[in-house]
Amino acid sequence: MKFLCLACDQVMDYAERRLPGDGTMAVVYGCPDCGREIAMLANPMETRMVSGLGIEVGGRTVPPEPLELARSAMDLVDDPAHVEGGMAGEPGSRRPGQVRWNAAARERLLAVPSFVRGMVKRIYGEYAAERDIEEITPEIMDRARSELGLEGM
Amino acid sequence: MSAGRESSRRIRSYHEVADPSAESIVEQVEDQGRRVRERLARVARVVAVGSGKGGVGKSAVSANLAAALAAGGRSVGALDADLDGPSLARMLGAAGQLARGADGVEPATGVAGVRVVSMDLLVAGDAPVRWRGPERHGFVWQSVLETGALREFLSDVAWGDLDVLILDLPPGTEKLSRLIDLAGVPDAVLLVTTPSEAARHVVARSARLLREAGVERAGLVANMASWTCPHCGIAEPLFPADGARRLAEDSGLEIWAEVPFDPRIPADTDDGLPIVLSAPARPAARVLAALAERLLTP
Repeated sequence: MKFLCLACDQVMDYAERRLPGDGTMAVVYGCPDCGREIAMLANPMETRMVSGLGIEVGGRTVPPEPLELARSAMDLVDDPAHVEGGMAGEPGSRRPGQVRWNAAARERLLAVPSFVRGMVKRIYGEYAAERDIEEITPEIMDRARSELGLEGM
Repeated sequence: MSAGRESSRRIRSYHEVADPSAESIVEQVEDQGRRVRERLARVARVVAVGSGKGGVGKSAVSANLAAALAAGGRSVGALDADLDGPSLARMLGAAGQLARGADGVEPATGVAGVRVVSMDLLVAGDAPVRWRGPERHGFVWQSVLETGALREFLSDVAWGDLDVLILDLPPGTEKLSRLIDLAGVPDAVLLVTTPSEAARHVVARSARLLREAGVERAGLVANMASWTCPHCGIAEPLFPADGARRLAEDSGLEIWAEVPFDPRIPADTDDGLPIVLSAPARPAARVLAALAERLLTP
């Protein structure tokens, strides 16, 4: 899927993705010439289908976690919001699934609708991993929301 | 803006427009396929065990084949591709949480050292498998998720070097088609069925799909083909006589095994000890062990 600014005949650039609420995914594109922005809005079903493909609109900033989709897509008893680092034994450099979540941050994550919770958790995890942040706290979440434009998350 | 102006405007086609972000999606999909191929390159034989319909003993056959091969000294993996009704881990005596290693998720270890991955090992206890998503239109998004999860089970698990990887597919002809899209044509496909009238047209449809997909080695496993009276020792067919033969004729597939009904198959397998290990001398166990060896022949 590509977005073309008809006025400029220019392909629009991916700018950011947001989750404005109710399971909607918004992907923002902007024209590099005239600056006009559009948002592609996907409803919860479409959002689920996109996430089910295991791809990131706009490109991945970090490699996928093992069984990332299976774990985020399932209504596990061990809810991802409560799984620190996911599975046992995680050697190597820090990755999104290895970032710790403190209790308050996990509590806030539980307020996110379950079917997008895995994706939201991943976005925060990527944010923290890229900045070498060891633990996600509500303050880190606020900072990420501000910097990434994660409204409603 | 008039309709006339719109119709005269030329809009470039998808392929005329260069867009790095769209190309990154294509790259991600291609990368997913590459990772599956890299894993399977270390597997000597991929064997898919499927069935047109459920309740024919497919997972029990899969578990026994994996156990027999492993007990014979082969390096064996068993992937429970039945994501919604997983049972293979329990049948192979594998339990515990999947652990992450340096090369991916480490499979659980079952009887005779079979390396097992199943949704069973991600869901605690007897909790039902539930997919997260909007309540409506689940039939639309759920199949996408299931395919993605199966892809991850192939690509994200550190299967290592295997002589055989047994894929226990969920019931349904289209599941085999989905597997072939994901992982290519298996080295062998077994269609498990009961030699009943009801199974005939289902098996014939699956056989047609196999031919169209280019599967060269495929065979029928007629499960519960006969029953032996414990008192007089006489074996009688459980289903109408020649049911298995008629299945073979209709499907064009050769019967590779006719497994007699034995109450110890479900009983022992449910306890995590397949009959090929718990009672290898029984007729059903011998048939299953012979079938396992046949999978290794060229």
